[in-house]
Amino acid sequence: MDYFAQQLINGLVLGSIYGLIAIGYTMVYGIVGMINFAHGDIFMIGGFIALISFLLLVSFGLTAIPLILLVVLVVAMLVTALYGWTVERIAYRPLRHSFRLAPMLSAIGMSFVLTNYSQVAQGARVKPVPPIITGGYTLHEGAEGFAVQLSNMQIMVVVVTIALLTMFTWLVSRTRLGRDMRACEQDQTMAALLGVDVDRTISMTFVIGAALAAVAGMMYLLYYGQVDFFMGFVAGIKAFTAAVLGGIGSLPGAVLGGLAIGLIETFWSAYFSVEYKDVAAFSILIIVLIFMPTGLLGRPEVEKV
Amino acid sequence: MSAATNSQILGVDQLTMRFGGILAVQELSFAAERGKITALIGPNGAGKTTVFNCITGFYKPSGGSIRLTHENGGHFAIERLKDFRIAKQAKIARTFQNIRLFPGMTTLENLMVAQHNMLMRASGFTFLGLIGVPSYRSAEQDAIDLATHWLKRVGLLDRADDAAGNLAYGDQRRLEIARAMCTGPALLCLDEPAAGLNARESAALSELLLSIRAEGTSILLIEHDMSVVMEISDHIVVMDHGVKIAEGSPREVRDDPKVIAAYLGADEEEAMAVMESGS
Amino acid sequence: MTAISTETSHISRTSGIPFILKKAFLSACVALVLFSLMIGIRTEAGPDGQLTFWTRFGDLASIVGAVFGGSILIELLRQWIGPSGAEKLVPPAVQKGISLAGSFLGPALLVFTLLVPVIFYNQRYILDLAILVLTYVMLGWGLNVVVGLAGLLDLGYVAFYAVGAYSYALLATNFGWSFWVCLPLAGMLAACWGVMLGFPVLRLRGDYLAIVTLAFGEIIRLVIINWQDLTGGPNGVSGIPRPTLFGIPLDNSDDGLAAKLGIEYSPTHRIVFLFYLILALALLTNWVTIRLRRLPIGRAWEALREDEVACRALGINTTTTKLTAFATGAMFGGFAGAFFATRQGFISPESFTFQESALVLAIVVLGGMGSQLGVALAALTMIGGFELFRGLETYRMLVFGMAMVLIMIWRPRGIIGHRAPTVYLTKSQAISSDLVKEGHG
Repeated sequence: MDYFAQQLINGLVLGSIYGLIAIGYTMVYGIVGMINFAHGDIFMIGGFIALISFLLLVSFGLTAIPLILLVVLVVAMLVTALYGWTVERIAYRPLRHSFRLAPMLSAIGMSFVLTNYSQVAQGARVKPVPPIITGGYTLHEGAEGFAVQLSNMQIMVVVVTIALLTMFTWLVSRTRLGRDMRACEQDQTMAALLGVDVDRTISMTFVIGAALAAVAGMMYLLYYGQVDFFMGFVAGIKAFTAAVLGGIGSLPGAVLGGLAIGLIETFWSAYFSVEYKDVAAFSILIIVLIFMPTGLLGRPEVEKV
Repeated sequence: MSAATNSQILGVDQLTMRFGGILAVQELSFAAERGKITALIGPNGAGKTTVFNCITGFYKPSGGSIRLTHENGGHFAIERLKDFRIAKQAKIARTFQNIRLFPGMTTLENLMVAQHNMLMRASGFTFLGLIGVPSYRSAEQDAIDLATHWLKRVGLLDRADDAAGNLAYGDQRRLEIARAMCTGPALLCLDEPAAGLNARESAALSELLLSIRAEGTSILLIEHDMSVVMEISDHIVVMDHGVKIAEGSPREVRDDPKVIAAYLGADEEEAMAVMESGS
Repeated sequence: MTAISTETSHISRTSGIPFILKKAFLSACVALVLFSLMIGIRTEAGPDGQLTFWTRFGDLASIVGAVFGGSILIELLRQWIGPSGAEKLVPPAVQKGISLAGSFLGPALLVFTLLVPVIFYNQRYILDLAILVLTYVMLGWGLNVVVGLAGLLDLGYVAFYAVGAYSYALLATNFGWSFWVCLPLAGMLAACWGVMLGFPVLRLRGDYLAIVTLAFGEIIRLVIINWQDLTGGPNGVSGIPRPTLFGIPLDNSDDGLAAKLGIEYSPTHRIVFLFYLILALALLTNWVTIRLRRLPIGRAWEALREDEVACRALGINTTTTKLTAFATGAMFGGFAGAFFATRQGFISPESFTFQESALVLAIVVLGGMGSQLGVALAALTMIGGFELFRGLETYRMLVFGMAMVLIMIWRPRGIIGHRAPTVYLTKSQAISSDLVKEGHG
């Protein structure tokens, strides 16, 4: 039971990170109907930006951990958001009304560019950071000497995730920008006729998605204590899997899918085999889609004849 | 089986279709005679297209039965057949309200695709065709001949090698009918074939449909253009709000107060059309 | 910034120098923010695990400067060419010329390909490259059946390549079966996997299909990595037998081909043999595909791409039609995989990553979906171009990715932008790709 509880905690933390990335996929898909293949790499860039800004702050002699974290978070979100904006501007906007596979390949190309850009810029080796947030609580001391641990780090990941999710959910459901986004999702031409700046709205979607990916990148950096240039690929397809599992286009679906993938992975590693955890995640995706072809919370596609 | 005499090609019995909580079609029963043109009319939202989609297998009805009987006595429970089998075995062909051609293929290719099942058998499910047996070649030539025949009938012979997507709207409508006819149907279902056509094109369409009927294909028709409906239909079924409100010959339906009321309630223009076409 | 960038497309060619400078300045600002941390600071893990960093402000300055200059240059070019941008770089007359030349280009290319081993007999590097290009031509043609004809998006094509390669490698190393027995088996096994993948995805459309095929590709790769008893795991399978000319080995042994023919042995013999082997396999793929397009099944694939609902209304069994497309594409992938295994003599999971799938897909889309010649040209361009940049080392993928983006912006519909009809009454007219649908899968 204790072991189970521990895995539950670990799975939820991992799932939060996936969920944050998945939101970027789902938002972009909802509004422009394309898979942003470069999004996983945006997450990776976010991790690097967080790493570098952290390093700089420490070398400037800053010691107050909460302040450092706050600054790193803000810098990572802003700079990564600009990456998201630039990618959309360069690789996707010229192909907005083109045939559907073109932006997809352009996105794959962009993903190669970003992966190798950070390989070239920062080298191929894994970049470790020392644990920044230490300590935690022992929730339950088991009889066999196994203790359920909840680290401060884990608490932070979950708290930050929930806080940002709430903020961005509010943003897309209550503000002018959110309304514009939903309008563009429904019908871009009509939205434009009604005075919505479609280009700006789409750009903002990419910016928000990238900012959340940056948060995920930073959480990943803090949680696992390392980043490398190739981490965007696997995390990216997992998060995309999460988005599809939850029903692509749906924000709560993305979070739900992220948690599901995180839990599946953790439990599979814990009870079966670590090697096959990704196989398990992908297999469950396939199985879910067989029975629910539009994911857990996706709107069913009604075939109009 | 008792109700289906051989003069009746299609028997719809107690057909009900529910979408979530909405009852789109409620216990609808009607029959279509073999070799006749049956029209299904009604104001917008009456449930006509839903009935159509049940008959052609795009929806599975929530209740009731649809029975199709071939001239040789073979019969099919449509509501239990898989969608493509309805076209393949029960021989029901259809057109769509929003034209659904294969726009990137030529006019001729569109008609060849319609003969897929025949050609598939002739090509030995691809394997014999791959090595190029003569029997397949002659079957393909027959298919081209049939396609040419229908291209002539709908007046598109000179557009045979043009992309279907490049045809004018009226031509596309006729091509869709030709494509449906190339499947060799027992029952041809047309979903608003005259929509968007001008008066001259409508007249040509009526003529085409009458000639198809004359050759023995039964037709089921949804149509808004009352001049077409009144001119060519043998039997008319009127629906409103998912139920049948009247049925009979064009003359009977035209004079039915319930029909007029339904149309007046729904759309003045259409009601006027019903009454005018009677005068 | 957004507003300014969108306006550029509407601004007439008279817009002045201040505008260009302002735009370039803004671009440079964006570049400064983007690159200041990633380029300006270089991090590295020190010897005892701690992180160190040093600055590279010189590099940062030159990159930002390059963006500034590049932005001015692009803006000038854009005003010079006209507002509609890259499309106009190829005028319609030239496009027509290209499509006319296309009818001669195919045969010419084929003759040239047949002569490659004669012309470049002593240039091992070119022969190897040609074999590589032909492998990708074959993969492209195979995937073209699924993506180009049937309009089903497959992001996991490399899985079938892997199945083919491992089928041959394992059958040959464990049972000693010859290449010519294993080749059809590899194709059949891959086709079976194609059907297995096909079943779950039948109901899926669009991006759901994309992710499931991608997941499938990853599953196969992960299973290969982890099922060490069978596949050797990350170490791969080595010592895969070389192909024989129907039983006659191509080595310098006494019963080798050279000895039998009484000529002096040269390792080039084997390379030339491999070249013609993959050429034959690729041409077989091409021939079969062209034949299939003219058969009802091929037309049904294309009709499926155009409109699935209409297909069902015409009595076409869309399930089997999709499955045959998957199986056919997978079978060719399996053949190519078996060839890859026998050519390399060693295979490992590293050769079957998502990048390969993306590359093959890029070849198909760049080629102009559905066009056989286009796919061949695209494979030549992509693989050949990729080799040209070999000297760039780590920058190679960077350049490759950028090229992919630029090519898509330049020609979203691919090199060959039209479709040839499969049957005609009076004359065969090419159909503009603007009309051809891309499928929803």
